[in-house]
Amino acid sequence: MLGTGIAKGLVETARNFFGSYVSRDRLTTVEYPEERLPQAEAARNFPFLVYDGDDWKSGLRCVACQICEKECPPKCIFIEKSKDKKPDAVGKPQFYPTVFNIDVSVCMSCQICVEVCPFEAIKMDTDFELSTDDRFGGLLWDRQQLAKSNTYYHEIHPTEATEVDARLAEEKAKADAKAKAAETKPVAAATGAAQQTSHGASSAE
Amino acid sequence: MQTTAPTEHTLLEPLATSSGDEGLLEISLGPHHPSTHGVFRMDAVLDGERVVKLKPVVGYLHRNHEKIAESASYLASMPYTDRLDYFGSLTNNWAYALAVEKLAGIQVPERAEYIRVITAELTRLQNHATTIGFLLQEMGASGSPLMYGFRERETILDLFEALTGSRMMCNYMRFGGCRVELPSGWLDRVKKTVTEFPRFLDEFENLLTSNEILLARTQGIGTLSKELAIQGGVTGPVLRASGVNYDIRKVDKYGIYDRFNFKIPLGEHGDVYDRYMVRMLEMRESIKILEQALRDIPAGPIIDPKTKIRGFRPKPGEAYGRIESAKGELGFYLISDGTGNPYRYRVRPPSFINLTLLEDMCRGYSVADLIVIFGTIDIVLGEVDR
Repeated sequence: MLGTGIAKGLVETARNFFGSYVSRDRLTTVEYPEERLPQAEAARNFPFLVYDGDDWKSGLRCVACQICEKECPPKCIFIEKSKDKKPDAVGKPQFYPTVFNIDVSVCMSCQICVEVCPFEAIKMDTDFELSTDDRFGGLLWDRQQLAKSNTYYHEIHPTEATEVDARLAEEKAKADAKAKAAETKPVAAATGAAQQTSHGASSAE
Repeated sequence: MQTTAPTEHTLLEPLATSSGDEGLLEISLGPHHPSTHGVFRMDAVLDGERVVKLKPVVGYLHRNHEKIAESASYLASMPYTDRLDYFGSLTNNWAYALAVEKLAGIQVPERAEYIRVITAELTRLQNHATTIGFLLQEMGASGSPLMYGFRERETILDLFEALTGSRMMCNYMRFGGCRVELPSGWLDRVKKTVTEFPRFLDEFENLLTSNEILLARTQGIGTLSKELAIQGGVTGPVLRASGVNYDIRKVDKYGIYDRFNFKIPLGEHGDVYDRYMVRMLEMRESIKILEQALRDIPAGPIIDPKTKIRGFRPKPGEAYGRIESAKGELGFYLISDGTGNPYRYRVRPPSFINLTLLEDMCRGYSVADLIVIFGTIDIVLGEVDR
């Protein structure tokens, strides 16, 4: 019958309209900024540089290897490597970035820099309220603006950060064990050689 | 109702009116017209309100995707594929990953194959839900259908965000698998969405399918014959609405699609109504696939550990990877010369090829119908212009 389809449709829209007063599922609008949706843990926006300890400058994990700069699809990372080495947070002398800029107006949030970084030095931030009236200077972030502590990283991506810390600790333990082995080896070798000499001497006697 | 008799292709001919065409009016729709889904322009020659000739004009969004990919590493092209068709970034990822995997002979772990099917079918659901919403919006149904479509899309985008970190630009697939493991509780959320989605489809059916205005505006409008559709290389729901049983998921069985039990819905007349109904039915079939995939998904690794992320260099050769995206056959053709970036990179976009028959679908119908017919092709300009 003519009109039944239209009537059915009107019933459906009415059900949704009145249903929105009863069922939360039918009312999906959130009144931002007073009300905010919780962010997914995996959420990503723009990269930041992780530092260990309290001082951002000495704690930066970045050793200016420039792999992220090479792999960045829109080429928005600019790095200048230092001439000298300085001790990092663990005390090991490393190169460091004298310039580390990211042009956020160009960045496409793909997180390929995070994936290719062998030092767990660059991670994705979740901050999204970044509007500025200075499009060019204001969105070119230098290393100080990019540096954020490991504590902050734990706050925004707890699961991922715990995994990263465990991996770094494991690597450090391995490196320490290797260094210890390397330290003890020459001593052992020296002792062995000394013993051999003394044996040799005694046999000569 | 006026019927069309498509005779010849006039797409490349100039539209300037000749001496016999007095009284015709040439108008330009777009490139920034609300109905054009992006920066697309149509040059239409009208006789009164009837379309006599139509020429699609593309190129306003050209962004050099293929050349950029040829100068970037294989991995660096992956986030660019997200931006081709921003309604189906995960299916785009899959098509590109498939091409690279064919090129380099990479095997994908079982679990990753299931994750790919789940994400691809979710992508199809949200794409079709939104397309139908837009279609009805263009027909003048102000608000409700589009809002309902978007409500469902948002639910699915929430899932994508939890999995990949981004709602639209997912950048999730990798050569040899997927980027990250599923977060805890994610599959349960997908199960909940899959269980609830048919409610939305029933709602849409109630709202629209038997609506007299919708039937009057869609049945017998924008007819595309089976023969012409095949000749034009049209794929996806537009082709299947014309009654051609061609779906890459059945024809080429990429991934693990041979394990699932699902049907390919077909239309009879190839009109706007059939294109709408094919999409509605395809969503129900996608739900069937999702239910089976969620039931069978195994544990295990999500990426082949031998695949290199950085410094990936496939042996010289060529490969064509294709999938059934929500819009049709999406293919990536790659030639490798053994270096870190492809020697040639070519995209076969379904939107662009489906557009070529727009004139044949629209000739003889009114301007208001032209907007609706254009809506049923379901194009995204990012993919058309690349």
